[in-house]
Amino acid sequence: MARETARHLLKRPATVLYPFQRLTLPAGFRGRPALDTEKCTGCRICERDCPAGAITMVQMAEKVLRPGFFYDRCAFCAQCSESCPKDAITMTDEYELAAFDRQSLYGAPAMPRPKDPEIAKGKAAGAPARGA
Amino acid sequence: MNILIELVEVLVFPGLAFLVVYALFCEWVDRRAYARLQNRWGPPWFQPFADLIKLAAKEDVVPAGADRAFFTVLPIFDVAAVACAFLYIPVFGARAVFSFSGDIIVVAYLLSLPTLILFLAGWYSNNAFSVLGSMRTVTQLLAYEVPLLLAILGPAMLAGSWSVSDAAVFMRTHPALLPLNVIGFLVSLIALQGKLERVPFDIPEAETEIVAGTFTEYSGRRLALFRLATDMEMVVGAALIANLFLGGTAPVGPVPGFILFLAETLFVVLLLSWIRATCARIRIEQMVAFCWRYLVPAALVQVLIFVVVKGWWLA
Amino acid sequence: MRIPVGPQHPALKEPAHFLFTVDGEVVKDVELRLGYNHRGIEKACESRSYIKCLYLIERICGICSHSHTTCFAQGVEEILGLQIPPRATYIRTIVAELERIHSHLLWVGVAGHEVGFDTLFMYTWRDREVVQDVLEDISGNRVNYAINTIGGVRRDLDRRQIDDMLAAMDVLEARTRYYQKVATTESTFVGRCQGVGVLPTDVARRLCAVGPMARASGVPYDVRRDDPYAAYADMPFDVISVDMCDILGRAVVRVLELYESYKIVRHALKNLPDGPILAKAPRKVPAGEAVAKYEAPRGEDIHYIRANGTEMPERVKVRAPTLANMPSVIESLKGGYVADIPITIASVDPCFSCTDRVVVLRDAGRGDERVMRWEDLQSYAARWHAR
Repeated sequence: MARETARHLLKRPATVLYPFQRLTLPAGFRGRPALDTEKCTGCRICERDCPAGAITMVQMAEKVLRPGFFYDRCAFCAQCSESCPKDAITMTDEYELAAFDRQSLYGAPAMPRPKDPEIAKGKAAGAPARGA
Repeated sequence: MNILIELVEVLVFPGLAFLVVYALFCEWVDRRAYARLQNRWGPPWFQPFADLIKLAAKEDVVPAGADRAFFTVLPIFDVAAVACAFLYIPVFGARAVFSFSGDIIVVAYLLSLPTLILFLAGWYSNNAFSVLGSMRTVTQLLAYEVPLLLAILGPAMLAGSWSVSDAAVFMRTHPALLPLNVIGFLVSLIALQGKLERVPFDIPEAETEIVAGTFTEYSGRRLALFRLATDMEMVVGAALIANLFLGGTAPVGPVPGFILFLAETLFVVLLLSWIRATCARIRIEQMVAFCWRYLVPAALVQVLIFVVVKGWWLA
Repeated sequence: MRIPVGPQHPALKEPAHFLFTVDGEVVKDVELRLGYNHRGIEKACESRSYIKCLYLIERICGICSHSHTTCFAQGVEEILGLQIPPRATYIRTIVAELERIHSHLLWVGVAGHEVGFDTLFMYTWRDREVVQDVLEDISGNRVNYAINTIGGVRRDLDRRQIDDMLAAMDVLEARTRYYQKVATTESTFVGRCQGVGVLPTDVARRLCAVGPMARASGVPYDVRRDDPYAAYADMPFDVISVDMCDILGRAVVRVLELYESYKIVRHALKNLPDGPILAKAPRKVPAGEAVAKYEAPRGEDIHYIRANGTEMPERVKVRAPTLANMPSVIESLKGGYVADIPITIASVDPCFSCTDRVVVLRDAGRGDERVMRWEDLQSYAARWHAR
């Protein structure tokens, strides 16, 4: 043991000096879940399967339902990502999520792009959706 | 004028102020070496100083049922005893600030005083863990004190004097005798580790067994003083060993001699850190058995060697 | 003199209360009080779907998280009558053994720390990072790997991960040789562990000790061999059992089990069968009950699950290994020294988070006590809050 300890005087310490040095994360790291709002269909499977109850659906527009994430409840288990039939949720590699304010830990969903520009323009102008 | 010089010597250099600064520096060296031996980085140079300031700024709680007077006075006594002992050990120049025939006994007594103080501190804390720590401290005293004193006796015997300064002067003017003192050096090193209550002998303060032993109820300024006293005790012990076994301040003039003194004490501190990193904590009865079965006979052998040397060679 | 150890004490990583009656330095009697870590997990499972339960069960304990999920998934799969694909069983086995490796290395470090040997603690935990990085690579997280799902595993292993794991096993085996030398020859460590915390073989059998605690006292019971699950029937390994009956024996058992784990992981990686990793499981589980057993790093872990045809289980009961070992710990503490208390408690590798499942209330004034079942506690709380 004495020899081993003396040997270590010549070795570089094993500690990583976070936050000045950071470890490289593996590809499959489970960080903050992120939503691809274009792929999402609002099927609510993620809300049903989340073990921590961290997902609540938000009615963003008529027929547009998207999940909002409460990151302060999230357990980073990736079940939402796995259950999603459209692969709309991916786990990023962000883990530095500490915050002073609980509200800032809510991930609001983004509004998806309108599907058909003609219909959108028609709706905005007040014209009927189909027919005339 | 003389009084003024002496006052500066006692309070500033090589007295109290120098001792405090050097004690904090040695604590840093110890912690850094301990960490590097464990493949870690270790704290920056100002850490012991920062710890002291932080502790001093914290709330100082005296538990109900504890003796308030003793609680306050004991840490101050501890610092005072150790600082006084330092005045009799040569640091700068050939002799110590004060020296007289018989000061070896005074130094030995002043260095045993912290143990008694720790015993009283735990006893008057009104806490089961502290009482256990106190009893262990005193039991441990019975183990390491005899080898330590026997080891220190050797050079004093050779010099034919009861003064630390005389013994130090003798050892540094006869460097050929230093290799004969190796057993004594090792015995005093291990016994000093016991006196300082560091692993493998930190039984009175075993963190995982009795929380903090004697210091369990101490906090704030009082704890800061106790910690400072422990660091100072390490420096004083290292200085004593450096002077008696490593040649002390060599006869090369005061400033180079002082540098040599610093190097020797740092060497002793590094050896103590290495022992700390290499061993586990042993039980109290194992410690007493070890000291009386191995250290005391080794110290006696050393004394015997010196008796022979004195009678034969130096007669 | 009575010395309390816990609920807050530097020796305990999780809260528990031991009340020691001592005479000088000798321990005469021990009273144990658990329950500080009770979180109501079994009840919470009854109002969650099986897939959600899996994650809750995983968080019973951080060190043996995979043990609990695998045991639970095995129980549910038995009720469903589901055969999971062989590749999935192999991956479960590999992660299980990786968990055992990280747990035993953690234990060696903790044992070192309890005897004041911080250097051993730093070294073992540094080497444990090798396993942690491997686990993070294959599962996405260092603890709570969540590799299991009902019907198989969630992630597959690719060629690069397999090669990295084989390299990691070589590194760890070399380091384990060094720790074996330290545990058996380092005089200060051996002096603290030999002849301490003695649990004779007949007492171990009588008190139903499990895991390395029992195997160090000459009771060679290992669920992996005696009731194989996952892919253990195909794995070549020995059950390590010694007769030393003391803490040194438990240390030796754990270090030698590390070698067996390396053997199992290498064999599983080299013979990994091809195929799917998941068998689709229905969300509603038909009525039935199952008992699943698993050899966690600390011993035998038992899960009982009763299903009633809905999406949620009717009753889940978890018997963690540390609870089974508690009477043995108490026996081995009596007659020892106060100085040996932390290392003796640590030698059973306590995981109080796994343990707390029942509440015992003792009246401070009268001193009598009563055991409350969950329904009693529920109705008592309802009455109390209705006032």
